[in-house]
Amino acid sequence: MIQQISVFVENRPGALQAMTAVLAENGIDMRAFSLAETSDFGIARIIVNDVYKTTTVLRDAGFVHNVTQVLGVALSDTPGGLDKVLRVLAAADVNVEYLYAFFGGRKGRDAYTIFRVADNAKAAAALAAQGIRQVEQDELLDL
Amino acid sequence: MERYYQPEIETASREQIKAWQDERLVAQVRHVWDNVPYYREKMQAAGVTPDDIRSADDLHKLPFLSKDDLRKAYPYGLVGVPLKDCVRIQSTSGTTGKRVVAFYTQADIDLWETCCARAITAAGGTDEDVCQVSYGYGLFTGGPGLNGGSHKVGCLTVPTSSGNTERQIMFIRDLNATILCCTPSYAAYLGESMKEMGLTPEQIPLKAGIFGAEAWSEEMRQSIQDTLGIKAYDIYGLTELSGPGVAFECSAQSGMHINEDHFIAEVIDPDTGEVLPDGTQGELVFTSITKKAFPLIRYRTRDICVLSREKCPCGRTHVKMTKPRGRTDDMLIIRGVNVFPSQIETVLLNLGYPANYQIIVGRVNNTDTLDVRVEMTPEMFTDNLGEISRRQKELVDGLRSMLGLTAKVTLVAPKSIVRSEGKAVRVIDNRKI
Repeated sequence: MIQQISVFVENRPGALQAMTAVLAENGIDMRAFSLAETSDFGIARIIVNDVYKTTTVLRDAGFVHNVTQVLGVALSDTPGGLDKVLRVLAAADVNVEYLYAFFGGRKGRDAYTIFRVADNAKAAAALAAQGIRQVEQDELLDL
Repeated sequence: MERYYQPEIETASREQIKAWQDERLVAQVRHVWDNVPYYREKMQAAGVTPDDIRSADDLHKLPFLSKDDLRKAYPYGLVGVPLKDCVRIQSTSGTTGKRVVAFYTQADIDLWETCCARAITAAGGTDEDVCQVSYGYGLFTGGPGLNGGSHKVGCLTVPTSSGNTERQIMFIRDLNATILCCTPSYAAYLGESMKEMGLTPEQIPLKAGIFGAEAWSEEMRQSIQDTLGIKAYDIYGLTELSGPGVAFECSAQSGMHINEDHFIAEVIDPDTGEVLPDGTQGELVFTSITKKAFPLIRYRTRDICVLSREKCPCGRTHVKMTKPRGRTDDMLIIRGVNVFPSQIETVLLNLGYPANYQIIVGRVNNTDTLDVRVEMTPEMFTDNLGEISRRQKELVDGLRSMLGLTAKVTLVAPKSIVRSEGKAVRVIDNRKI
């Protein structure tokens, strides 16, 4: 299981940069990033090297955020790689709320994908049963 | 040629008007002293008795009445006649303790409708006209007031009430309505809708409009006049004082004549309460000298305006007031509806939001817009966009049921709402009025 930090950002020029500035100033290493947006606000979802430090500096800078448990899945960076994982989740009747991929780990042929699902435990068990590798937080540091 | 509903009153000499006011004020003060304990106590506290009021020149000796008094006396505390003599109430749109309920005897309704009849006649209305009343009917005074006035003038009255634009336009065209009564923003909207239907001003039978219940600018008047091919007249009133028709515009379209045989107007310094001379901007204060069921003595309207007794080319001799230039308190009039920031605050608090909000009022295509900016909090925040949207909608629904208006709700970052001197700026009114 991976801890993802979701940050509320207004949908206007400079709002996202104000957040990334805080991360940059504090030497936070982002391993994955996704932005979901509506007409007037967005949610920046980040996976970082240091969850505790990141939430602390964000709070001090006045950013509303929360931490959610998501699944990190290593899938084969070949055609059909994502399909294989989704097939498993579909068969286990687990709903995927959203997912985002971050390719190009520093080594190997795997692609890494973050899954937000309705039932983490059920999804994790289904993936494990099919031999699909999941990534844990500390493993991200070495990618 | 200028038309008058009651020429002998509307063009009476200043001496005659003063004589009416002297006599009626003295009688009214005696009436409230005898029949309304609330007034008697206020007067006693101020050390005034009816014997001190010998003419309208003594008006300044009487204590002011505020909206706060109306709230304290709610609902029956200011009623001046036995309830069996009252035949109707009307009420403001306000909630959260701001609601005003006004009472009427049959004679009070009659004088109110007479004031409206003067307004319709000043706009050129006669018994040959078809007068469509598109103000809301019900507790709101707009519909009933103009409806009654239209009857008195003898117009064929079309009581469409507000809403259902398609039907409004159908009646205007099919019945050849010549006079339209509604809020200025609705008039503008009807105009735009008819334009979109390809109707030119020449094809629209209307010749005049009587528009009030919300603030509007000269630019807006011009645009409504051009789109509908009419002359647009302003009308002023407050539910507390009867409703629309306390003052109305004449052909000169340069301020509204106050019906001084029924209402005495003063302009005061809102801070000191001192009466200001004509031509000086200040808070408008009204005394109703003929209404018996709900008589108001020196009622502070919180409307800021200027009075003028300069000779009017229309021939009327009653004092004119400018359009209200603002409110002394924080009430907003949005699409004709009274909105208090405190009402918005109540909705936010009820739904678990903190009272960090900002109200932005604007005007797009001559219609008021209401944008409520709310600060996101850690408690309210979730990673789930759908959940946040659901809460946003909940807020919109809550505001609609509280205000009767649809607001746009925007969630903003914490502490992003501008604070000046430690206090948040709650209201930004971008309307150019």
